[in-house]
Amino acid sequence: MTTFQPLDIVRTSATVTTAPPAGRDVEVAKLIDVSKCIGCKACQSACLEWNDLREPVGTNLGVYDNPHDLTPNTWTLMRFTEWENPQSGNLEWLIRKDGCMHCEDPGCLKACPAPGAIVQYANCIVDFQHDACIGCGYCEKGCPFNIPRVSRIDNKAYKCSLCSDRLAIGQQPACAKACPTHAIMFGTKTEMLAQAEKNIGVLKTRGYSKAGLYNPPGVSGTHVMYVLHHADQPQLYAGLADNPSISPLVEAWKGIGKYAGMAVIGATALIGAFHYLVRGPNKVSAHDEDEAKRLAEAPK
Amino acid sequence: MTNSWTDIKNTDLVLIMGGNAAEAHPCGFKGVIEARNTRGAKLIVVDPRFTRSASVADYYAPIRQGTDIAFLLGVIKYCVENNKVQWEYVKNYTNASCIVKEGYGYQDGLFTGYDESKRDYNRGSWSYEMGEDGFVKVDDTLADPRCVWNLLKAHVAIYTPEMVERITGTPKDKFLYVAKAIAETSAPDKAMTSMYALGWTQHSKGSQNIRCMAMLQLILGNMGLRGGGMNALRGHSNIQGLTDIGLMSNLLPGYMTLPTDGDPDFATYASKRVFKPMRPGQVSFWQNYMKFFVSFQKTMFGAAATKDNNFAFDYLPKIDVPSYDMLRAFEMMHNGQMNGYFCQGFNPIQSAPNKAKIKAALGKLKFLVVMDPLKTETARFWEDHGEFNPSTPADVKTEVFELPTTCFAEDEGSLVNSSRWLQWHWAGATPPNETKSDVWIMAQLWKRLKALYEKEGGAFPDAIKALNWPYKNPDDPQPEEIAREMNGSVVEDVVDPNDPTKKLLEKGKQMAAFAALRDDGSTAAGCWIYTGCFTEAGNMMARRDTSDPDNTGAYSKWAFAWPANRRILYNRASADMAGKPWDPKRKIIEWDGAKWSGYDVPDIAPTAAPDKVMPFIMCEEGVGRLWVRGLMKDGPFPVHYEPFESPIDNPIAPKIRGNPAARVFKGDMEVFGTAKDYPYAAVTYRLTEHFHYWTKHNAVNATLQPEFFVEISEQLAAEKKITSGGWVRVWSMRGSVKAKAVVTKRIKPLICDGKTVHIVGIPIHWGFMGAAKKGFGANNLTPFVGDANIETPEFKAFLVDVEPIASGPVVS
Amino acid sequence: MNIPVSRRAFMRAGGAGVAGTALGAFGFGAAEQALAATIRPFKLARLTETRNTCPYCSVGCGIIMYSKGDIKKGEKAEITHIEGDSDHPTNKGTLCPKGAALLDFVNAETRTKYPMVREGGTNEWKRLSWDEALDRIARLMKADRDANFIAKNKDGLTVNRWLSTGFLAASATTNETAMLTYKVVRSTGILAFDNQARV
Repeated sequence: MTTFQPLDIVRTSATVTTAPPAGRDVEVAKLIDVSKCIGCKACQSACLEWNDLREPVGTNLGVYDNPHDLTPNTWTLMRFTEWENPQSGNLEWLIRKDGCMHCEDPGCLKACPAPGAIVQYANCIVDFQHDACIGCGYCEKGCPFNIPRVSRIDNKAYKCSLCSDRLAIGQQPACAKACPTHAIMFGTKTEMLAQAEKNIGVLKTRGYSKAGLYNPPGVSGTHVMYVLHHADQPQLYAGLADNPSISPLVEAWKGIGKYAGMAVIGATALIGAFHYLVRGPNKVSAHDEDEAKRLAEAPK
Repeated sequence: MTNSWTDIKNTDLVLIMGGNAAEAHPCGFKGVIEARNTRGAKLIVVDPRFTRSASVADYYAPIRQGTDIAFLLGVIKYCVENNKVQWEYVKNYTNASCIVKEGYGYQDGLFTGYDESKRDYNRGSWSYEMGEDGFVKVDDTLADPRCVWNLLKAHVAIYTPEMVERITGTPKDKFLYVAKAIAETSAPDKAMTSMYALGWTQHSKGSQNIRCMAMLQLILGNMGLRGGGMNALRGHSNIQGLTDIGLMSNLLPGYMTLPTDGDPDFATYASKRVFKPMRPGQVSFWQNYMKFFVSFQKTMFGAAATKDNNFAFDYLPKIDVPSYDMLRAFEMMHNGQMNGYFCQGFNPIQSAPNKAKIKAALGKLKFLVVMDPLKTETARFWEDHGEFNPSTPADVKTEVFELPTTCFAEDEGSLVNSSRWLQWHWAGATPPNETKSDVWIMAQLWKRLKALYEKEGGAFPDAIKALNWPYKNPDDPQPEEIAREMNGSVVEDVVDPNDPTKKLLEKGKQMAAFAALRDDGSTAAGCWIYTGCFTEAGNMMARRDTSDPDNTGAYSKWAFAWPANRRILYNRASADMAGKPWDPKRKIIEWDGAKWSGYDVPDIAPTAAPDKVMPFIMCEEGVGRLWVRGLMKDGPFPVHYEPFESPIDNPIAPKIRGNPAARVFKGDMEVFGTAKDYPYAAVTYRLTEHFHYWTKHNAVNATLQPEFFVEISEQLAAEKKITSGGWVRVWSMRGSVKAKAVVTKRIKPLICDGKTVHIVGIPIHWGFMGAAKKGFGANNLTPFVGDANIETPEFKAFLVDVEPIASGPVVS
Repeated sequence: MNIPVSRRAFMRAGGAGVAGTALGAFGFGAAEQALAATIRPFKLARLTETRNTCPYCSVGCGIIMYSKGDIKKGEKAEITHIEGDSDHPTNKGTLCPKGAALLDFVNAETRTKYPMVREGGTNEWKRLSWDEALDRIARLMKADRDANFIAKNKDGLTVNRWLSTGFLAASATTNETAMLTYKVVRSTGILAFDNQARV
């Protein structure tokens, strides 16, 4: 049996690492079959409970999505979309569990300037190390799925850890354990790919000819994958990215970082430049305001 | 449930109508997904709203709330006309061939014998033609115009697809799609499961909604089969148990009934309950009634129940009305006829209809005692919570006690789930603060009451003093002791009449099965249908063996299922007249020429020959009833009646308002609104994020659905200029609430009788206590009327109006 | 009568759960080392497990309660986590959004703590002892019962009923509570006796 050693971390933010070492035979993955999901939010509930997180009681904005977005405490969120299928004329209520996709090629990790604040384990979990986090928010920008959230209270970034603490003793993540219909499944990536094949087969026999797997190549695949009824239109599912990829800016930054070596001082010097590149000047434009309003009011 | 949660996976068609299993019972719903994904079963949802159950369905059909009977009778008509009938099943296992007496009839929405002044029927004509042999006359050819089958055909004739659409608003093509899919399960090797809940019960004709589906399941031959059945998804963790144990005004444990003023003596009481078979050779299991009754009396009154005093028959109260159900209790309270009231884990100011009436009624009590692990609104009905519960405490004279109780985590005992499984659980936490168990509280109250009567005397102290109290520590009975008592034990040795040296039953031993209970006082059993749950072999409810041979879903060694550890009721009906399973792949039990055996405990005697003894042993006929004698108050067949508050007149009987046999108290009819003043059809319901009024006390659930809202269609929103997320006021003839509006495509207007009907959906979960935002209970709006047979409030169909408002309630 | 069956075996049988794969610690290697490294310590280590049933709906899901302290050993026990019981044939370890948050019910701020009384016409709750509360309630019951008990109806038939006090029983109490409640309530002659079956 292998032991858990530093070796088991295959990538670390703002740190030069060689290519993923050997020992990646145990790649884990979570598979979410949207067609089996009843939108009950058990995953949200289990996530809050397991991770000792609580949210302030919010309000109703005319939708079922509560809280209204991911937060430093809400690491997973059911997003509800009412869609009238133009082909069948039928209403479809598409419900997607949003949260960290645990990318094979993690944009957050690449964007992170704080050494050791984001790591990727050999089993492919991307995890935040809060002691090392400097709260700069680059992970938010680096993430092609808009997942991490920086807390205003402790100025650290938060997101799903894939319940690394549970996995470490052989338990599946809390959301997968709780899921009443087994819409959330967990295992090795190989197993999950095979399971996805089966579930897609079922969907096709049920008439969903475009059913398929969401495991986007733009980030070299993810360790949270979806089975979608309409895999040709991921954006139907509350704006799931059609072709996610890491921002070229992040790739550029990472390139510079590599070139410069990861001496902390050097990295710090670069942060300013990167901040400007990614976030632009600290000003909110009217366009941004409008865009935010549109998003907030869009029927979910 | 006739079947079980773990049996749903065996079905070919799941019909969710009158329920919303995905939201209300998510973990039980996994069987639906499993059936769909592993055996290609279809899921059809028929509901006024496109629910989360509908979101994973293969087909969804909208329906106006309160019109299910019209839909289902339409399906029965479709099956009959298209020959989608499991004929061998119908001919042998139902009363299709029984001849109904001349004099019985039906016309324009009413059966013979109706008395409008009493809102009740004289049910004398609702009976069979009896032969000289004392048995019901039958015509096996089904040719006799008075046989049940032909009466049924005539009764459903009016429910054409066009009429179904006119009443229900379900478009004809959608109705026909659903009817066809249901009809296909008439094949002997196909089964449909009906999963229903309050969506069918909470109507003034709730019992007939369910009866209608049961009739359809009989016609399709789906009762008793794996993957079939009538599956009532009970709402609470032990409401099955509380009902089994008879905590209702007119019941004794095990579905026996209290004596009434019409039972002047013990012999009359017995004669009205010991039902003789109405067909030759049939079981008619209630023939054993007195064995269960006397055994109960021995549990209740111990040595004080003797043959000489008719086993303490007079210690039981006699009931003078059909029931003193919750609605009648609040009616009496409202009229000043009730002085004291106890609420044990019950929050009626949230859950009973017409909150204004409930609140006023509570204010007329001398004392109210609330036992609850949570701070309920009921205990605080007198507090001023602004718009949510306006009150002037100085004017409310009621003395209110709030007794803190333990919750499940600190409590040991058994609960009965919908599958009829009695499952034992263990306490894991120390009771916090001064909380005490309900058992302790009840024991203490009895102890004090008894002491007062012993010291001071008073009204009829005999029953209180004689109450059997066989617990080691009388102050604190232990759950295991009470469980043993429910199961029952031998009071006196019973010897074999043929061999006096041989004991059939030995004094002090736990009873093994209810079949051995006796009516001579030698046995005791608190709840006969539970006998077998705690035997000499131990606590069968605590069994945790997960073996399930051939994955039938029976799990026969997990916990204990009543009755007799039977997992599927009427399982005899899963086999044909030769005792062979209709579908070999669905075998439950099988006749081998000498006995029955298989995966489950047969529900007829193991040696009862299949061509002699019919499966429906609780019915005197031995068969399922497509038509029923005078056992239902509102008719031998279901009829479509509109809700008391309806957007349209009843197309099949325009003069009849509501269910003509439903009880309506004076003053309540006057506050039923009409469509002219209250144009929208409202329905109340539960959301998956909450459980009734409990989880609003929980931080996590309060986050997941924080705030009271109502749901309306985009069309109604446009008409009334309501924006999603904005505030609205909704009001009925009885009250008014303010809520956030959720404007959704999931609710669409229906066309009923040529009129556009808008639906307003109202979740029930908010109140003025707990962690969630303060909100209004849906019961501010609901009408105070119940089902004609069992008084379930009509929460699913009533009328409201709605308007946008600028801001929400003032939160203090 | 407990017949132990391996939970792992059940999880394998559970199919889609896939949690029972022979991976052990899902690629993390030995757990002990993991605890010392970057991962949050597993919070259920060294807690007592007790099997219970979810008190909400009628699916009757099996749950495991994790506590600090073991009441079976006479210790003070406090629940810190609740999770689905993977052995249970119905829920197979899963829980719904309500069941998954049961801990918040057990620890709700708005749980009742002490016997309290609100005297008629006042605007406050007052704490009182159990003895005082029970004595007062028993006295109120007896006074009402003695004043309003109906021993015989107008035809002279013995009916032994008490209509002026009613009792609403619950929906989530155990069968044992129900049975004892039944005995006590019926022995007094109360007829306005109902439960929460319809709502």
